Amino acid sequence: MNFKRMWAMFTARNHEFFRDRAAFGWNFAFPFLIIVGFGLIFGGKEHQQFKVGLFTNTLQTQETGSTVPLSFQQGKYLQFIDFSSQAEGEQKLQHHKIDLLLDSRSPEHHYWINDSSPNGYITEQIFLASLIKNSEGLARKQIVRGVQIRYIDWLFPGILGMNMMFSALWGVGYVVVRYRKNGALKRLKATPLTSLEYLSAQMFSRIFLIMFTLIVVWIGSNLIFHFQVHGSYGALALIFFLGGLSLCSMGLVLAARGTSEEFTSGILNFISLPMMFLSEVWFSLEGSPVWIQGITKIFPLTHLLTGARKIMNDGASLADVQSECLVLIATTLICLIIAARLFSWNE
Amino acid sequence: MNQIIEVINLSKFFGENQAVADASFSVKEGICFGLLGPNGAGKSTTMEIVEDIITASSGEILYKGQPRSASFREEIGIQFQHTSLLNFLSVEETLLSFHKLYQEPEDLQVLIERCDLTPILKRRNDQLSGGQLQRLMLALALVNRPRLVFLDEPSTGLDPQSRRNLWDIVRQIKEEGKTIIMTTHSMEEAEYLCDEVAIMDMGSIIAWDTPTRLIQTHCQGNSILLPESAFKINLDTLPFTWKRRDKTIVLETAHIPEGLNKLLQLDIDLTDMAIHSSNLEDVFLCLTGKGLRD
Repeated sequence: MNFKRMWAMFTARNHEFFRDRAAFGWNFAFPFLIIVGFGLIFGGKEHQQFKVGLFTNTLQTQETGSTVPLSFQQGKYLQFIDFSSQAEGEQKLQHHKIDLLLDSRSPEHHYWINDSSPNGYITEQIFLASLIKNSEGLARKQIVRGVQIRYIDWLFPGILGMNMMFSALWGVGYVVVRYRKNGALKRLKATPLTSLEYLSAQMFSRIFLIMFTLIVVWIGSNLIFHFQVHGSYGALALIFFLGGLSLCSMGLVLAARGTSEEFTSGILNFISLPMMFLSEVWFSLEGSPVWIQGITKIFPLTHLLTGARKIMNDGASLADVQSECLVLIATTLICLIIAARLFSWNE
Repeated sequence: MNQIIEVINLSKFFGENQAVADASFSVKEGICFGLLGPNGAGKSTTMEIVEDIITASSGEILYKGQPRSASFREEIGIQFQHTSLLNFLSVEETLLSFHKLYQEPEDLQVLIERCDLTPILKRRNDQLSGGQLQRLMLALALVNRPRLVFLDEPSTGLDPQSRRNLWDIVRQIKEEGKTIIMTTHSMEEAEYLCDEVAIMDMGSIIAWDTPTRLIQTHCQGNSILLPESAFKINLDTLPFTWKRRDKTIVLETAHIPEGLNKLLQLDIDLTDMAIHSSNLEDVFLCLTGKGLRD
């Protein structure tokens, strides 16, 4: 391994990345916009989970007041939407636009639900519970004490991890295939540069850019959302670094052969989309079938996010996330060895 | 003179298509060796096998009498016909990047001046003209002070002025004692630059010698061309080997003044006469029955 040659390739790739204004800007804008978007949607105190449609039956006399129980009207996580007619409300209900439709002046509390809607069932139960006059004493309520974790605090590592994944897989995998196709790799093959030196340079260049992006996006987002990190920043940086390495090395395996950008694009989507949905970027898979939870373990992003959330949300130390670190290191080494063995400069 | 490269029974198949068929030749150190042939003859494939860019299906390549070792890439420079560089880098950054890849690189200033890159040093690679890109590619091929330089169709796409400048640089390189192996389908380029030429057709080497000897061996020499209307006598009585090409009569002669003298004695009108000296294109035509650009 010649570090001078590796450094030459590392700096060349970095120059190229920073000069490509469009790609450079998008790397920052994409995660930032998603975080801000989700922050606006889920971060507010007025977040509504269930939607209730209200209409007034024209047969009811004008004198009849609202029969919707006050406790239901003031219920948490409920949003009320007025409709001019029952037909309009039923159509929205059919299309899952609302979860429950209620005749607001019916003394019999007429309501409609869509039988195939899980949210409809829950909203119905809330509505029925509100009709019981005195429910106090029927059950014993206790509130969890301790640090409150906002959804945005849980989501933030997921979005950073997702951005790292796309940046690593596309920034390494797709770019190397493009270099092979246009002959840039062939030109490098004519030099003493070895495949391991070249691949290592590509990987370290990308991880440098990923970490740089991560820090900038973190600082920018933190100014708005004031994220809470209960563990150490050092441990968090390390787990992101190891995760970035493993994702980049995965990208190198995908880039080891082939000259078709279209085919590579398909393969990258085939890997990145399931990884995004099954690595708990957006939602927890707690309670999903065991075999699905087993599949998620093959993705480095799962271990990256598990480790990052443990540190950020639960205050875990490096020792607590050592298993995630070891999996990420092992993934990196295995992928790098496979990539170096499979790598071809010009076919 | 020592052989720097020996190619022995080289063959290359792409699937069922044979691109190179049992080709053998050797290159003496310090000369400019040309692989000449039409498009698709197998020149570039042969060249890339010798450069160790692609592998041969069979055959052997020796560098200085030995199989090529890891140091081979330190000692060669290559200008590819089809290649690309990182678009967002400047000429200067590209040179610096390649400069760092070698143990004993050329002085960058010398290289920049030789290839006339000073005016375009700050320009990005994707903003270069064809001629400027060729000069940069040549500089990259020379960045490690190579003993052996490969040039694959170096003047393709260049205007006459740029081509002449390139040829001057190639001649300078040769004067420094470096060996050059080049492919071309330009007979003019081969005749101007090459000490030895191997002519390829359909993957095989069909002739290999100095340009002068190839012409002497495979062509009758020179030709005098006259319109058919200039002859008032029976053409079969002419003291020449001749052939008709449309309405032109081509008279072959080893010695032009002697031939002209004979025509004057026969009182032939020489007003519309033209003289053609044989060249490598004629050699290829004689050997294959087709032109280099067919």
